[in-house]
Amino acid sequence: MIAFIIHFLEVTAATVLDVLPIAIILFVFQALVVRKKPANLGRVLFGFLYVLLGLSLFLVGLEEALFPLGKAMAQMLTNPDFLGIEKGAPVRWEDYLWVYAFAASIGFATTVAEPSLIAVALKAQEVSGGTLRAFELRIAVAVGVAIGVSVGSYRIVSGTPLPYYIMAGYALVIIQTFLASKPIIPLAYDSGGVTTSTVTVPVVAALGLGLATAIPGRSPLLDGFGLIAFASVFPIVTVLGYDMLISWLRGQSKTTTDTKEESA
Amino acid sequence: MNKAIVGFLKLITDALRDLAPIILVIAFFQIVVLQQPFPNLGGILVGLVCVVLGLALFVQGLEMGLFPIGEAMATAMARKGSLAGLLAFAFALGFGTTVAEPALIAVAAEAADIAGQAGAIENNAEAKDSYAFGLRMTVAVSVGAALVLGVFRILVGWPIQYFIIGGYILVITITMFAPAEIVGIAYDSGGVTTSTITVPLVTALGVGLASSIKGRNPMLDGFGLIAFASLTPMIFVMIFGMLA
Repeated sequence: MIAFIIHFLEVTAATVLDVLPIAIILFVFQALVVRKKPANLGRVLFGFLYVLLGLSLFLVGLEEALFPLGKAMAQMLTNPDFLGIEKGAPVRWEDYLWVYAFAASIGFATTVAEPSLIAVALKAQEVSGGTLRAFELRIAVAVGVAIGVSVGSYRIVSGTPLPYYIMAGYALVIIQTFLASKPIIPLAYDSGGVTTSTVTVPVVAALGLGLATAIPGRSPLLDGFGLIAFASVFPIVTVLGYDMLISWLRGQSKTTTDTKEESA
Repeated sequence: MNKAIVGFLKLITDALRDLAPIILVIAFFQIVVLQQPFPNLGGILVGLVCVVLGLALFVQGLEMGLFPIGEAMATAMARKGSLAGLLAFAFALGFGTTVAEPALIAVAAEAADIAGQAGAIENNAEAKDSYAFGLRMTVAVSVGAALVLGVFRILVGWPIQYFIIGGYILVITITMFAPAEIVGIAYDSGGVTTSTITVPLVTALGVGLASSIKGRNPMLDGFGLIAFASLTPMIFVMIFGMLA
């Protein structure tokens, strides 16, 4: 219990240090440029207190409950003994099916719980006047991370060069940009950057490191990197895809009603 | 008071819903795939309660503190018409929040190790420290520059896709010339720069600006700052790797 409290205080101190530069910048510009007391100052300060306290609790809880298990799992699943791979056997990508399954499901699950994604999705719902649903957007992003992390794991196993995959992802994004509806585009681009923070990075990084260590011929330093990049590109693809799907469904229901009217 | 309690209960149930997938995935792999018992079940439950409470508090604080202050500053500066103040604020926010980011400090140290082993720099502590410091500064400046560019884009209302597609082409071109060992780190650096507190603030800044400038649409022009902040570090880090 005492260890837990000490841990909580440590994490809170680290979070305060994280917030400090932001608070200083806000204060300086408020005092020098805006020169007006912000409305509801007390409420805003309480809001900051909640954010600090909430984030610290969240991190402590994750470190207490989920990260050790998630990281241990990543190590166990990438262990050749568990996968039934004989020592010295050539690397075959089919031997790692459990790894891809774990990568996809943990990528999806951690993204759904990512606080910065929650923030952006809430804002998008508010700005769009509710036509864009925050939860649906988050699911679309999480599917993107799931695809990204499992394709990224396949890349580490197969040892193929990272830039080719990222280039293919970019090519997809560029094509989709021309096909998707305009209002979704900036939000889709943003969703690439918000997916990978507090919850996703530690577990995904452990997976990459575990894979690169376990597979002969891969260097953890060189091949362990790159999973985050996958998790940043593919959500753009799925969010744009989600928008295209919705437009297509709407068009579909329109044409069916049109044809019904015509036949009637 | 009752309303506040009901509101908070709603946040708690939302948080439970958001965390359910992680709990299910971990339980499934632990029990079905790995067939291992749960170590320290009590500790895990306490941790889960903390996570749920923490997420609910965070979302509450978001709506009370981070969103309103971000939008209020954007509106106030747009009304004052102080372009220099606004761009300076954007740079300070990007640079200041990135330079101290723990994830970035960790990545920079690892990158210095790789560079030392690859022979790009001398393999001793001093050379590595200066390399890691240079890398951190590079990323922080690039995020600052990204927010300046992004805020400028909102002010003039140019479509974001030209910037992002142009950025992609730059990334791919530079990849061909950058040393192979820096490419993975550079690609990952885009993702690690945007922390949980920066993201809501920057989003509110963009949306606030776009809402208070006539002729700008908050949906079309307000989003996109994060996208800039995750693209420029890739470019800057690869250039850093070529020069260092």
